Amino acid sequence: MASITLKDLVKSYGDTEVLHHIDGAINDGEFVVIVGPSGCGKSTLLRMIAGLETVTSGDIQIGDRVVNNLEPANRDIAMVFQNYALYPHMSVRENMGYGLKIRGNSKADINRRVEEAAAILEIGPYLDRKPRQLSGGQRQRVAMGRAIVRDPQVFLFDEPLSNLDAKLRVQMRLEIRKLQQRLGVTSIYVTHDQVEAMTLGDRLMVLNGGYVEQFGTPIELYDRPATLFVAGFIGSPSMNFLPAEVASGMVTLANGARLAGGGTASGKVTLGLRPEHLIADETGPIEINVQLCEQLGAITLLHGHLSGTDVECVASMPGHVSAAPGTLMRFAIAPEHLHMFDTQSGKRVDA
Amino acid sequence: MLKRVHFPSSLLPYLLVAPQIAITLVFFIWPASQAVYQSFLIEDAFGLSTEFVWFENFELLFEDDIYLATFGRTIFFSAAVAILSMSMALILAGFADRVVRGATAYRTLLIWPYAVAPVLAGALWVFMFNPTLGIFPYILDFVGVDWNHYLNGNQAMALVVFASAWKQIAYNFLFYLAAMQSIPRSVIEAAAIDGAGPIRRFKDFIFPLVSPTTFFLLVINAVYAFFETFGIIHAVTQGGPANSTTILVYKVFNDGFVGLDLGGSAAQSVILMVLVIAMTVVQFRFVERRVQY
Amino acid sequence: MVENRPILNIVSHIVLILGIAIVALPIWITFVAATHDAVRMTQAPIPLLPGSHFWENFQQTLWGSGLSGTEIAPVWRMLLNSLAMAMMISLGKIAISLISAFAIVYFKFPFRMGFFWLIFITLMLPVEVRILPTFEVVADLGMLNSYWGLSVPLIASATATFMFRQVFLTIPDEMLESARIDGAGPMRFFWDIVIPLSRTNIAALFVILFIYGWNQYLWPLLITTDTDMTTIVMSIKQMLEAAEQSPQWNIIMMTALLAMIPPVFVVVAMQKLFVQGLTETDK
Repeated sequence: MASITLKDLVKSYGDTEVLHHIDGAINDGEFVVIVGPSGCGKSTLLRMIAGLETVTSGDIQIGDRVVNNLEPANRDIAMVFQNYALYPHMSVRENMGYGLKIRGNSKADINRRVEEAAAILEIGPYLDRKPRQLSGGQRQRVAMGRAIVRDPQVFLFDEPLSNLDAKLRVQMRLEIRKLQQRLGVTSIYVTHDQVEAMTLGDRLMVLNGGYVEQFGTPIELYDRPATLFVAGFIGSPSMNFLPAEVASGMVTLANGARLAGGGTASGKVTLGLRPEHLIADETGPIEINVQLCEQLGAITLLHGHLSGTDVECVASMPGHVSAAPGTLMRFAIAPEHLHMFDTQSGKRVDA
Repeated sequence: MLKRVHFPSSLLPYLLVAPQIAITLVFFIWPASQAVYQSFLIEDAFGLSTEFVWFENFELLFEDDIYLATFGRTIFFSAAVAILSMSMALILAGFADRVVRGATAYRTLLIWPYAVAPVLAGALWVFMFNPTLGIFPYILDFVGVDWNHYLNGNQAMALVVFASAWKQIAYNFLFYLAAMQSIPRSVIEAAAIDGAGPIRRFKDFIFPLVSPTTFFLLVINAVYAFFETFGIIHAVTQGGPANSTTILVYKVFNDGFVGLDLGGSAAQSVILMVLVIAMTVVQFRFVERRVQY
Repeated sequence: MVENRPILNIVSHIVLILGIAIVALPIWITFVAATHDAVRMTQAPIPLLPGSHFWENFQQTLWGSGLSGTEIAPVWRMLLNSLAMAMMISLGKIAISLISAFAIVYFKFPFRMGFFWLIFITLMLPVEVRILPTFEVVADLGMLNSYWGLSVPLIASATATFMFRQVFLTIPDEMLESARIDGAGPMRFFWDIVIPLSRTNIAALFVILFIYGWNQYLWPLLITTDTDMTTIVMSIKQMLEAAEQSPQWNIIMMTALLAMIPPVFVVVAMQKLFVQGLTETDK
């Protein structure tokens, strides 16, 4: 087990800097998810920690060792790849034991460890099969098994569930989480799926364009997103963003509606409202011109415009609601659910 | 071109490419450059002195009616081999693509001439057309044809074309069959629903859709006829009668090893190399294009 | 099949059978000639149905003096020479192409592209066009009349290197990454992962190269003067020349048959690999 420290980490390809001065400390036994849209540099960051990409500048520390120049094999890590990277010509048993074999472990020891790991993952019956004879979920388990047998200090996961269908993904997500809790191994998990990130991580590192937008617990990210990007990325359906002006504890919307809140902020801001925080209230200040109802069973999503403007706005209501296009509905929102961001920098303007 | 990840540089990659590079240098690059160098030299009749003459050997070649005739003959020979062999293969592949039962058996029985060495192919055909014994001259006699390829240049040419085309049918057949089988079934079915009969479908769909393969095979067959038919000609006619079946490769060999005209033979080699390079470039351009589709 | 037209089906089969007849005719005639005695083979028209002298001819050709009145090695010796040459060429090509393709794909090192182009150039020059200077090099190296001289100059070919490069490029990058995390060094990765994953490609290439090696004609003709080094394919030409004086077509055709059997057997027995090898090497 080990902690991981990233210090002022930079990655460039030629003249193009793709990761900009990343800092972060991951505690021993913690499960950290690196999340962001494709091309944000999350996989590159993971591969740098694995030793598959060189470090341009800065330091990566695992435990108390700086590992910048260590070969992947000497970093005491294990990695689960997106396409599993199982060796197609080897049986499950050989796949899992290959790393140990290279390290020169005895046959008996390899067998014992492979069988232990297989028992944990319930893949014992498949040990002598080839990867192509397994289903997607079983391959996924073998890939995890290959990581477990090595008994490493760190697990690295590179979008390991993206090749599975939706139902299996939810199931495997739970299993990965349980397994990590049971083994207590420090883990870093890369995904572009914010739901996966929220459910798996002790903490989330949100990456965008090679910058860390925010690094915190899922609830922190949901309750107090530090930037417009995080606010829009975390939560489903996404947060509504409305142009607004704040002055002395009152927020004025584009159609002149006024709501209480805003604290000490002042001037033009981007106001963020989560759809699920809008409460139907006939006397509420926010009037939405509903264009479309999406009935999802447990909730209904109302898509429309802030009345009198063309600012799009979505509200989420419990149960079944129906409204004809053009219906005007009013909503209220609690002051603590208003998020304000500087329109230029996207940074949170604290109340 | 290169893997995203690779092993760090060390002495190892150099050791790994060393055997290939050594053989390439000793047996390819050095001889080829020797050929280029020799093509600029003329040796006197007794082999006592050599003179550096720049492009004189090439000028002599292009003024030499025999060489120019050989050039023309080679092109005729290649075209005849390619057309005969490819059209046979195309017809057979078209029918083989249709049959459901026995397709594999037909394929097995059609592909093995590929494995027969050119010189053996030549020996087989020369035996079948042996003027006194062969089965074909015997049959042709009944229709009034007097076959003797040892005396008749046109008959000799026909014989080497037959033997060369015969050996290449297997190769062309395999590529045509593979191309036809990769045409999506739905295209042909759609054509059938539109009312196109089998012959129309072949003409309007199958033939145009295998045209990339046709072009590819044209280049391959040209290279084959230019360079790999040496054994056939050596066995069947030795270039005769009266040079009527001497093609470029055969002339390089004949002038170099038999006639001992080193400079002239080297100049011919250089011209052949340029031809090969040109054909290879065409072939690669084509392969690149095919990949993009 | 798109529609059911019984007549067209019958026509298809007839055309295919005709095609096979044309393709097979030379071989049939060869076989028939090899089953008759020498006297029968001097009378026109030659027979079209097999005779009863197959074993006799077979034994005389393979173990006996072969063609009487010629100074050539016994046929079994020539078959052995051909086998040695074909095996050395095919295995040699595979070995050096595998390792050079591995270096070019999996390492980044100075002059990598230079080496790549050097190999590429060789693709363009068949032995027939540089025959005289190559002969001189081999003569200078004292390699005439040796297995080394027969095989080594034909071993370097870009085709195999290119094919393996293509194959290696299709091996997912994650294999290498995973192997590196598992602690495998370059050669270990080569043996444990790359070679097993290229097995069928190696086999397919072997089929093509074996035929290529076995069927070599001009090159062995030039560099072997010693009758002990004659290959079976070369000997046919010498026999044809001899036939002009003393025609023993039964023995000549039996020799031709024996010369054909190994490569034809390889093609037919490993048809799938052969087709794969053929289509891959020309990509």
